[in-house]
Amino acid sequence: MEAIVNIFTVIFVLLGAMFMLVGSIGVNRFPDFFSRAHASGKVDTLGIMLFIIGLMFYNGINLISLKLGLIAVFVGMTSPVAAHALARRALIHGVKPWKRNEKEG
Amino acid sequence: MENFFVMIAAILALVLLIPFYRVYDGPTVFDRLLGSAAVGAKTITLVLLFGVIYDRVDMFVDIALGYAILNFVGAIAMAKYFKSTRRN
Repeated sequence: MEAIVNIFTVIFVLLGAMFMLVGSIGVNRFPDFFSRAHASGKVDTLGIMLFIIGLMFYNGINLISLKLGLIAVFVGMTSPVAAHALARRALIHGVKPWKRNEKEG
Repeated sequence: MENFFVMIAAILALVLLIPFYRVYDGPTVFDRLLGSAAVGAKTITLVLLFGVIYDRVDMFVDIALGYAILNFVGAIAMAKYFKSTRRN
């Protein structure tokens, strides 16, 4: 039983860490602010939620797991809202969206 | 299991440095804010991992929740601030 729980923990924590790595690379590599907001807002939220689900498997069913789930729900609600607020404010503030330059192909 | 969590914490501490480049080099101030929000998101998981490693998850989980709230309120407050200022 404990081996199964450990396997689920390792799978979910590794998935979360991988998504956070992908999101970090995306924040650096994408060409303009709005695609960066997409990378940070979606991928990091998914990474944190998978990570916390893995830790909930490790802890078992108790009050600490409930609090961890509360953090997962809170991050899942607020992180996209923060990214959206920043992107909307940037658009109003005059940041131009990136367009592919036709000369460069 | 302990070694696995320590390894993941080390990897995350390295991944944490990647968005810092965006904070340092962002063309606009929004890029810097986005990078700092990404750093804060990874810090939440690092705090939880420290709790698991030190066997004190019951204490660190509250710190992580407070950090999540602080991260969100910071981003929203900065967005509201740029609403009230003129363009550059």
